[in-house]
Amino acid sequence: MVSGLINANPVVYEKKERRSRSTPTHVDEYAVELIDQLEIFDHIRDIKDPEHPYSLEELKVISEDAIEVDDKRSYVRVTFTPTVEHCSMATVIGLCLRVKLMRSLPPRYKVDIRVAPGTHATEAAVNKQLNDKERVAAALENPNLVDMVDECLAPSYG
Amino acid sequence: MNFADEIFELRELQRLEGHADRVWGLAWKPATGADGVPAVLASCSGDKTVRVWEQSPLTGSFQCKAVLEETHNRTVRSCAWSPSGKLLATASFDATTAIWEDIGGDFACISTLEGHENEVKSVSWNASGSLLATCGRDKSVWIWEVLPHNEFDCVSVLQGHTQDVKMVQWHPTMDILFSCSYDNTIKIWAEDGDNDDWHCVQTLNESNSGHTSTVWALSFNATGDKMVSCSDDLTIKIWGSDIMRMQSGDGNAPWKHLSTLSGYHDRTIFSVHWSRDGIIASGAADDAIRLFVESEDHLIYKVQKRVYIKRENYY
Repeated sequence: MVSGLINANPVVYEKKERRSRSTPTHVDEYAVELIDQLEIFDHIRDIKDPEHPYSLEELKVISEDAIEVDDKRSYVRVTFTPTVEHCSMATVIGLCLRVKLMRSLPPRYKVDIRVAPGTHATEAAVNKQLNDKERVAAALENPNLVDMVDECLAPSYG
Repeated sequence: MNFADEIFELRELQRLEGHADRVWGLAWKPATGADGVPAVLASCSGDKTVRVWEQSPLTGSFQCKAVLEETHNRTVRSCAWSPSGKLLATASFDATTAIWEDIGGDFACISTLEGHENEVKSVSWNASGSLLATCGRDKSVWIWEVLPHNEFDCVSVLQGHTQDVKMVQWHPTMDILFSCSYDNTIKIWAEDGDNDDWHCVQTLNESNSGHTSTVWALSFNATGDKMVSCSDDLTIKIWGSDIMRMQSGDGNAPWKHLSTLSGYHDRTIFSVHWSRDGIIASGAADDAIRLFVESEDHLIYKVQKRVYIKRENYY
């Protein structure tokens, strides 16, 4: 039983206005659509924070600018900012990001998740865990953790 | 054999399907694949099973001969055949190591080694098959003695690594154990005398030109005087020791860094292996396999094969 929330009063920001993608005048069925920053952001913006009923976008944990994507090289890096420096939910948030992208992107994609430099007390330790595929795989065999992740991801499957 | 001037080509022979989740490890069964004995391979997976595959002498293709299931209840991470090929050890995230015996084509689990507090990541048999080593996320390395009647006794629990231990490997000729870890080091363990008193005799860390991130695997050359390691730091390192000193029982035959190969992989290098005929193979998260051969005391890279498997299903 959690005795108290790590960050009881998070700052909640307004959601970024969602631009609808402009419909192309000529649709080429064979054209490959490149995955860009906005698409990655759309996959993750509505993930719920593990502790508060707000999305990662609303809490400014993630933003479109903090996403680096190179579709030609099938590479994406998401940098997230925990709301507080000692956030013990940082690894859970990182795991949520990784799982959502794993489920949403083509399997050729290489995904790096990291904490924004200077925003977490044990930044190197968190980053190392989040990018160790064996540690991630083992964590995802923990039913309690999987339940927590699924709960956070539920609102993001819009 | 001098491969330095040879042209290499890596050709896929067959794709074995059957596992329902990622395959984490493989092991060739000793004394198979030569002298008329069909090659046999074991593979272990996130689907909690181990599969044994045998090559057909007629067609050359591998068929699945057995599925070892209903024993581990989590990912099976690593498997290793005993030197005689009679037993197969399987290490699992369920914190146990199972020992299987091939009884007329059917594999039966004859023993389960318990003790690790959480995920077991690697298992290795010593050259004579009298000892077994395991390691895991609980930061410890366990040494087990193989006794008659399928009994296994824990001989020592080695503490020293400060993080998750990724792999253990026995030296090919001597009872010296090597382990590599998330703590970025390689540790060497030896017995003091003959009384089950195992301790760490050397640590290869950054100060000895060691790795600067998780060390995922290590492997020995055929003579056992050289070792290769690979890491999340994107490098492959070659180490050497004075084999004569080691064999004379000199506890003080230290391993030294010989060379670092960098710039060949741009993502984590998960596995490395030194073949009996002197070829080093590396596999990394950049989807590439590279082969290296030694040329006049420095390694040269020979061929890169980018392996990307198109998957229809993904999680």
